[in-house]
Parts: sequence; C-alpha cells; structure tokens
Amino acid sequence: MSSINWFKYASPPTFYPLAGRLAPLFGVLAVVLMVVGLYLSFFVAPTDYKQGEGYRIMFIHVPAAWMSMFIYLVMAMWAAIGLAFKTRVSAMMSQALAPTGAMFTFLALWTGALWGKPMWGAWWVWDARLTSELILLFLYFGFMALHASIDDPRRADKASALLALVGAVNIPIIYYSVQWWNTLHQGASISPGAAPSMTSIMLTTLLIMTAACWSYAIAVVLSRVRSIILERERNTDWVASVVGPDNRGGRG
Amino acid sequence: MGMWATFRCIVRRDLTLAIRRKSDVFTTLFFFVIVVSLFPLGIGPESDTLRTIAPGVVWVAALLASMLSMERLFANDYDDGSLEQMLLTPQPPSVLVFGKICAHWLVSGLPIVLMAPLLGLQYDMALDALGVLVVTLLLGTPVLSLVGAIGAALTLGLRGGGVLLSLIVLPLCIPVLIFGAGAVEASTSGLGAQSHVAMLGAIFVLALCFSPISAVAALRISIE
Repeated sequence: MSSINWFKYASPPTFYPLAGRLAPLFGVLAVVLMVVGLYLSFFVAPTDYKQGEGYRIMFIHVPAAWMSMFIYLVMAMWAAIGLAFKTRVSAMMSQALAPTGAMFTFLALWTGALWGKPMWGAWWVWDARLTSELILLFLYFGFMALHASIDDPRRADKASALLALVGAVNIPIIYYSVQWWNTLHQGASISPGAAPSMTSIMLTTLLIMTAACWSYAIAVVLSRVRSIILERERNTDWVASVVGPDNRGGRG
Repeated sequence: MGMWATFRCIVRRDLTLAIRRKSDVFTTLFFFVIVVSLFPLGIGPESDTLRTIAPGVVWVAALLASMLSMERLFANDYDDGSLEQMLLTPQPPSVLVFGKICAHWLVSGLPIVLMAPLLGLQYDMALDALGVLVVTLLLGTPVLSLVGAIGAALTLGLRGGGVLLSLIVLPLCIPVLIFGAGAVEASTSGLGAQSHVAMLGAIFVLALCFSPISAVAALRISIE
C-alpha cells in the first residue's frame, strides 16, 4: 500500500485524467442504484401502518440530510489538507463540493417541508433538526459567497478554507445549542427520527438510496472539479494539449 | 516591548482614534436604539407581548449593531497600510489583534451593554430580568467582537465586504443569541439563568482562546 504516491494526484495534470476516468464510473453506478432504489421505495417497501404512503419521501429525504452534513465535513477536510499541504487540487475539491452540499441541504429542507405538511400539518416547524439544517444551508452560502467575492483564486481558496474550518468547529456548538433552545421552547418535539422502527426492506432501500446519492455526489463533484481545473490552469501547456490551443478562451 | 505593553499600546491607540472620530461610536449605538425601538411599532404596544419578546429583540439588535461596526475593525488600518506594518513588527500578532478586538468592544460593545437596561425598561422588563440581560450582554458581546474579527479579517478589502461579513458571521453567532436571550427568559420563567450563563461563559472562553489566532491567520491570507 505504501507504494502509492498520493501526492502524485495532488497535481492538476495527473488528477484531471483520473477524475475523468472515475466520474462516468460513479455516474453509471448512481443511475443503477437510483433505479433499483426508487423501484424498491415505490413498489416493494410496505405501506407504513401509521404514516400511510406519505412516508416514502423518507427515501430521498434522509439520504439528502445525511449527505448535506457529511459533505460539509468532507469539504472542511479538503480545506484543511489544502491549508496544510498547499495542494491546489484540495482547495478545488472543497470548492467543487460546496454547491452539491448546498443542493442536498436544500433538498432535505424541501422534502422535509413536503413531508411535514401531511404528517404534522405544517410546512415548517422550528424543530431542532430543521433549524440546524437551515443554519447549515447558511454556512454553505457563506462559504460560496466568500469564495465568489475574492478575485485572486489563491486568496479565495485559503480564505474560504479557513471559514470552512471555523464552521466545522462551530457546527457541534450550533447543533447542541439549537437542540437546547428547542427543548426549552417547545417541550417534547415532533421529530422525524421518532418514526416507528423500520422493517428490514425499508432499511435496505434507504441504504441503497444513500449509496445512490453518494455516487451521484462523487460523480458530480469530480466533473465539477475538472471544469475548475481547466478554468484555473487555462494558461498552462498541458491544458492546451488537452483541449487544443484555440479552445482555451479567456486571457489565453 | 513586552506583551502587556504591546497590548496596552494598541488599545490606547485605537481608543484615541475612536475618540477623535466620535461619529463612528454613535452611529452603532443609535442603530441599536433605533432597531430596538422599531419593534413595538411593528408588533403593537401590548406590554405582555413586549415583555416576552424583549430579550430576543435586544439580543438581535445587539448582533446586528456589532456586525455594522465590525467592518471597520481592520479596514482603516488596512487602507493606510499600518496593519501591514503591525504584522511586520516582532510583537506577537495575536496580541496585536487581541488588543484591537478589545478596543473595538470597548467602543462598540460596551455602550450597547450600558444602553440595554434603558431599552429594557421601555419593554416593561422586570428589574432582575434586566440584571440578567446586562450580565449576558457583558459575556456575549465580546464573543460577537471575537468571532466577528475572523470575518472582518477574511473579508478585508473586498467589494460588498459589509454584507458578506454579516452573511458569514451571523450563522456562527447563533449559539450566543440562543443562550443570551434564553438566559433572560429562563430567569423570568423561574428556571434560573445559571446554566445559560455558564454556557455563555464557556463559549466566551472558547472564543477568547481560538479567535485571535484564527483572525491572525485570516489577516495573513488577506494581506499577502
């Protein structure tokens, strides 16, 4: 194992073709898993005795919520690696992860509202989980806004990396303070996690859908990081040899 | 120069600058007063409602007012180049930054703390609730200055820096808001404010330890 030189892939010219090979692979995997998962969630998983058919939105809601939190941690991890080793691809990875993470956060909130209306009778309640998910969305927006408003890409990478780390340290504090706030205000809260224990087919479906979201995220992030690499490295010879010297555009 | 002398020197310098340019101090304070005074006009004058929302209103207004003044923490020194000179001195930069944060709190945070009881009276708050409010503000507004300093350092010299600063710092300040306003509410409902105040103190200590270091790292990124 130690023979693999990980730093080899820290350089854009070697990472670009690797990402190009992996992205379609995970894309196909995502489609296959999504088809299987959706089939199971619509036709195989049994009707819930309490929530009827409406609970089926869980099969996209729960994976989206998991992904939204997990992607922030991965983003902060790449940011830390980028700050520590000054590897350009790490910073580009964290930049590529942010929109996907924000998308999953939004998806979790959106499907949560659709689920909440029939089950709780309200589109939105100030439940601890909903509130912390909303704050997570704000953190993603802050990260992307900071990166977008700095023109110098190196400063943008480092500044947003530091913000991601500060955010990652803050997330547990925010999460527990929101939980405390909620229990003080509302007493026993209706929580999406308090659903009756799942049958094994429901759990299997949920895990397959999670794997599908995971593959989707990997495929999309790798394709996005390829675009970012091309954009940042457009003045180099290797990009010229990949896309052809006349197609580089910009300040070529 | 020792660390303590450096610290005192920076605080005295920033306070002198603030006294020479008084309008900055008063803008923040009046913004705070105006925001708090707007809520009864929007919500209605029933004193029962006002008493319930008072701690939250005062805390949100303090949060917004501190964001307003945060932008100026490093901006003036950055524009005339003295910030770069400060970072080049042999003194530890975290002490310099900490001095600036302290001076900033004395100029923008302390007036808010002193003004808050008066505004609380307008909202018909009880006397012991007012006391708790002042204590939480005393512990909480320094955290706003400390966390805000990281944001101010990251957004140094950017277009639209002020709005961006609020966008990235406000979500990070949510725990302070929760425990600050929660303490007053807990004390009026008879639960006792100790646990909230203790949490606020813990957050204050945490911010005190890590924020100056992070702010220095952010300044180095922005200045290089």
